[in-house]
Amino acid sequence: MNFSLFLAELWNARMSLINGLGNTVLISVVSVLLGSILGVFIGLVMTYGGWFTRFSVRLYIDFLRGTPVFVLILACFYILSVVGFDLSAFQAGVLALTLFCSSHVGEIVRGALIAIPKGQTEAAKSIGLTFGQTFIYVLLPQALRQILPTWVNTATEIVKASTLLSIIGVVELLLATQQVISRTYLSLEFYFFAGFVYFLLNFVIEQAGRAVERRISVP
Amino acid sequence: MSPILNISGLHKSFGQVEVLKGIDLTLQQGDVVSLIGSSGSGKTTLLRCVNLLEDFEQGEIELVGETIGYRESSGSQRRRLPEREIARQRAMTGMAFQQFNLFPHMTAVQNVMLGLIKTKRMAKDEARSVAEKWLERVGMEARRDHFPGQLSGGQQQRVAIARAIAMNPQIMLFDEVTSALDPELVAEVLAVVRDLANDGMTMLLVTHEMRFARDVSTKVVFMHQGRIHEEGTSEEMFGAPKTERLQGFLANSQI
Repeated sequence: MNFSLFLAELWNARMSLINGLGNTVLISVVSVLLGSILGVFIGLVMTYGGWFTRFSVRLYIDFLRGTPVFVLILACFYILSVVGFDLSAFQAGVLALTLFCSSHVGEIVRGALIAIPKGQTEAAKSIGLTFGQTFIYVLLPQALRQILPTWVNTATEIVKASTLLSIIGVVELLLATQQVISRTYLSLEFYFFAGFVYFLLNFVIEQAGRAVERRISVP
Repeated sequence: MSPILNISGLHKSFGQVEVLKGIDLTLQQGDVVSLIGSSGSGKTTLLRCVNLLEDFEQGEIELVGETIGYRESSGSQRRRLPEREIARQRAMTGMAFQQFNLFPHMTAVQNVMLGLIKTKRMAKDEARSVAEKWLERVGMEARRDHFPGQLSGGQQQRVAIARAIAMNPQIMLFDEVTSALDPELVAEVLAVVRDLANDGMTMLLVTHEMRFARDVSTKVVFMHQGRIHEEGTSEEMFGAPKTERLQGFLANSQI
């Protein structure tokens, strides 16, 4: 392994790698954000909905969780264009990850909500709060504290799953790395480098999650 | 003057089991009414109906002249009031629970402030000063910035009572507020309840503390199998119980 050669090539490839990293971050942030918002609604419906909405959402969750992310990505890219939704590779990939994320977050939120004692809702009602107010000020803050560790885990899963978007041609960090490798033949060095960057990303997410957890922890 | 609370012909079932079989009860301003009776007699369910935490099939509950929970619609059909109306009517009653049910992610003072800000639409500063006044009244002003997890059961219950009463309810409902407490913590909570009663607060309380019920009540109601079996002043009820069942119940309770 020629270390100075690797450093020289790394310097040469810096712009495309940074672009790739930027895409990875963008894909992950958008998917996790949209997926989490959708997931909270799903969890809400699963907990408080009528039997029909619960049943429909149950199907949605089970289908998404039972399907490999890889298949979801291919489906969003190829099948949706057949039925008339012409999404770019980037959009299709983000859609797939968002749906995947929403099904996981939905289950996490449902679990957290049913774990809150019924007395909390009754106490909130008894001081005259409406259902919406009860949810926002009493249930959600408690649920979020429960959710956080698992949610951080889901976020790191999404960062890792974003590598699969390389298959439909989204130039995220992995595909950018592969392009550099095909030019330089320094496969071992650059794959190791990419792996290290993914590790760093997730390490930062986990540490941030833990810091937030400490901050909002209640005695 | 119309009564604070007027319950007439109240029926309530859980599935096939009828737990309230026609309850009639009236509370005037300043009345302190204790509901006593063995478990399963319907005391707690009655209290929860008054706070609309339970639906009921028949009968009527009037709070300061206003029928709560339901509205007569065409014919004999009745319809549950919309959520917002129910929330407003619930705020007319204050309820303290057996398990305190403080919000664990809020400090004592935040617990009391929440309803003032969201339901009463008070400004934050005003809500804080009202909350602090009531925390002082229940002897919790020194711990106002503590979270429920940092308080003893008795302290939590006092905060919970402050939270309910800060809403300035027409009537306070106490649901076995000392049942979940260690024996040495019971007195501090009962002292708070007694203080409020002496202040003229209208109260309906479910309790197993017979001595307390005897001391504090203007009226005692003995429930048995979903009906009011006997009622009277505390002298009548504890001094000269008429029915055999009440005599038996009191003999088995520590006074």
